[in-house]
Amino acid sequence: MSTWEYAPAPESREIANLKPSYRPFIGGEFVDGSGEPLKSVNPATEEVLAEVGTASASDVDAAVKAARKAYDKTWRRMPGTERAKYLFRIARLIQERSRELAVLETLDNGKPIKESRDADVPTAAAHFFYHAGWADKLEYAGFGPDPQPLGVAGQIIPWNFPLLMLAWKIAPALATGNTVVLKPAETTPLTALVFAEICQQADLPPGVVNIVPGAGDIGAELVNHAGIDKIAFTGSTDVGKLIQRSVAGTPKRLTLELGGKAANVVFDDAPLDQAVEGIVNGIFYNQGHVCCAGSRLLAQESVVDELLEKLRYRVSTLRLGDPLDKNTDIGAINSAEQLTKIRELTESGVAEGAERWTSPCPLPERGFFFAPTVFSNVEQSMRIAREEIFGPVLSVLTFRTPAEAVAKANNTPYGLSAGIWTEKGSRILWMANRLRAGVVWANTFNRFDPTAPFGGYQESGFGREGGRTGLEGYLDV
Amino acid sequence: MSDNRISVAKTYKLYVDGKFPRSESGRTYPVTDSKGTFLANAAHASRKDVRDAVVAARKAFGGWSGATAYNRGQVLYRVAEMMEGRREQFVAEVAASEGLPSRKAQSVVDAAVDRWVWYAGWTDKIATVLGAANPVAGPYFSFTVPEPTGVVGVLAPQESSLLGLVSVVAPVLATGCTAVVVSSAERPLPAITLSEVLATSDVPAGVVNVLTGRAGELGPWLASHGDVNAIDPTGAGPVGRVEIAREAAGTVKRVLAVPEDEPDWTQRPDIARLRRYLEPKTVWHPMGV
Repeated sequence: MSTWEYAPAPESREIANLKPSYRPFIGGEFVDGSGEPLKSVNPATEEVLAEVGTASASDVDAAVKAARKAYDKTWRRMPGTERAKYLFRIARLIQERSRELAVLETLDNGKPIKESRDADVPTAAAHFFYHAGWADKLEYAGFGPDPQPLGVAGQIIPWNFPLLMLAWKIAPALATGNTVVLKPAETTPLTALVFAEICQQADLPPGVVNIVPGAGDIGAELVNHAGIDKIAFTGSTDVGKLIQRSVAGTPKRLTLELGGKAANVVFDDAPLDQAVEGIVNGIFYNQGHVCCAGSRLLAQESVVDELLEKLRYRVSTLRLGDPLDKNTDIGAINSAEQLTKIRELTESGVAEGAERWTSPCPLPERGFFFAPTVFSNVEQSMRIAREEIFGPVLSVLTFRTPAEAVAKANNTPYGLSAGIWTEKGSRILWMANRLRAGVVWANTFNRFDPTAPFGGYQESGFGREGGRTGLEGYLDV
Repeated sequence: MSDNRISVAKTYKLYVDGKFPRSESGRTYPVTDSKGTFLANAAHASRKDVRDAVVAARKAFGGWSGATAYNRGQVLYRVAEMMEGRREQFVAEVAASEGLPSRKAQSVVDAAVDRWVWYAGWTDKIATVLGAANPVAGPYFSFTVPEPTGVVGVLAPQESSLLGLVSVVAPVLATGCTAVVVSSAERPLPAITLSEVLATSDVPAGVVNVLTGRAGELGPWLASHGDVNAIDPTGAGPVGRVEIAREAAGTVKRVLAVPEDEPDWTQRPDIARLRRYLEPKTVWHPMGV
């Protein structure tokens, strides 16, 4: 029997319109930031993609002032019907430039092109389209007859879904009448700066959106700036705690979307092939760089062996490599730093006695890559069962009864998401009711939609993004 | 009844896990009326009392949050019924504590009873108002339900010893959360009498725990406690609230945003306090044949 090999099917990087340099966007103009320029690297090849000007403290100040001016003079006074049209325009422009944005995102982030093309960019457009419609209907949102915006929002986003997280932050803020200063992640600033171009093409009034690239120190400048009315942060729980502490005692409002260690619970009556697809999607989607990743598999003891066998086979067929190749399932780890962290935690799993299995897939010679890894015989006390790895590493634990599954699933300070796999409807609802997590996927995983609120319990943060509930974080209610 | 009869004075204690213990610290402090006349010695709760109360509140959370909304509504309404029966006692205590003329104290007690009734009616409606069926773009059914946040630390208002207290505790219970309450320090007696009402109103043990003592001392312990999910810093005052907000950051607690000064508690509340103690949970399931 002959074997059919995949032929390379790379997307053209020319579509990204990559420029040699990018600059901060303040008051409607691209400006020379006075921070130290950074070089954004393609994690799949380690080549420098572009030089990016960064903001300094004075640039952050200028951006906040531009946002304040736009808020007072233009945006808060504009009828919702008019604000809506700007958001609809932005949604359309993202759709028009979707291929360019997808390729650029894949170059800068390392995620497979099929994910940036089919998920990140279309969902970003959908968020603007959804929130556009809210701009002139806020009196129907359930927060009283005339809910008011907060003012200037400082927004800090991570590197795992650069453009999509931008959309989650900017779309609701603008729809509710706020103006924003957004800091993209240090390693993935490019699509945010193309988004700034889109704001220009949409003729969005200057200062309504400001983009200030930089590292954590610039994020701290933004958090501590006296002219900010609201901080929205997505990122690690450690940084979230620092931010919560920084704004304590100030009138600044805060929403946090932090880490997770989601349990994906598989019962013995689950359709195992379908569950395997869901488990793979849950932990290997976006190289596991997902705060809501299903990183703890809880398998019912009676099916764990069969499940692990199917799972290992399926994971061994995942194609790891060039993120621009349309057949690639697993792309590059976003940075050398993240790769080091994943390796360190993985080694701790071995040292603590868990059984490691790693896909035999070949790794490219250059770039930051980590082969999909599954740990079995994991105990709850191990670091790989407690800490967020944020990489393609799955920890498998077992349970006997539904009550034990709930107890183990909830045995974490986090509470962002959870998964349930069973054919029994009443058990799904029983479990969904007891799992302490903001999002519960039953017989599916990693589904996102602008109409469906997303956010965590406990140390996974507070506030929601999406849906009617998501508007609350940007309204004075 | 003879005019010369020596009255039987009540010993005011804490209310933890459905029982009325003294402070484990053995500490008490004198409580006076608004004119400085001695009323009673109140228990001066300690850090250990806070921890015991949190354990009780956590233990009670599963049962209370899992009770039907209808059941919780009836229990809250029962609290109103039992308060009504003790109306004269509450009027006397509020009048003494807050220095109000009897008529004013009566209207405060009436408003406190009515507040329980208002929140009792919310238990089985708030999910309808705040929840949603999400029209997602795909073959999935997605819905969002608000669920109780967990254990809530409540630093009750210092001025309004009964109406303020009920206004901050009732919404916690209505959502299905459980509470550890630090009463007004100078005016703690109505809080203990309310505890006696709660103990006889079918409110399960541990759902509400009431500590008398200093918000400035106990608040930071509540705010940093790993098993407390949210905190209402009302009674801590503007300075104390900053410390509480900082301590709360260590475990990403929800900290209620409260006005600088105590609001006019006689105003009818809105659902903001209910919203703060609820976590929207979004559930997805595929649709197919």
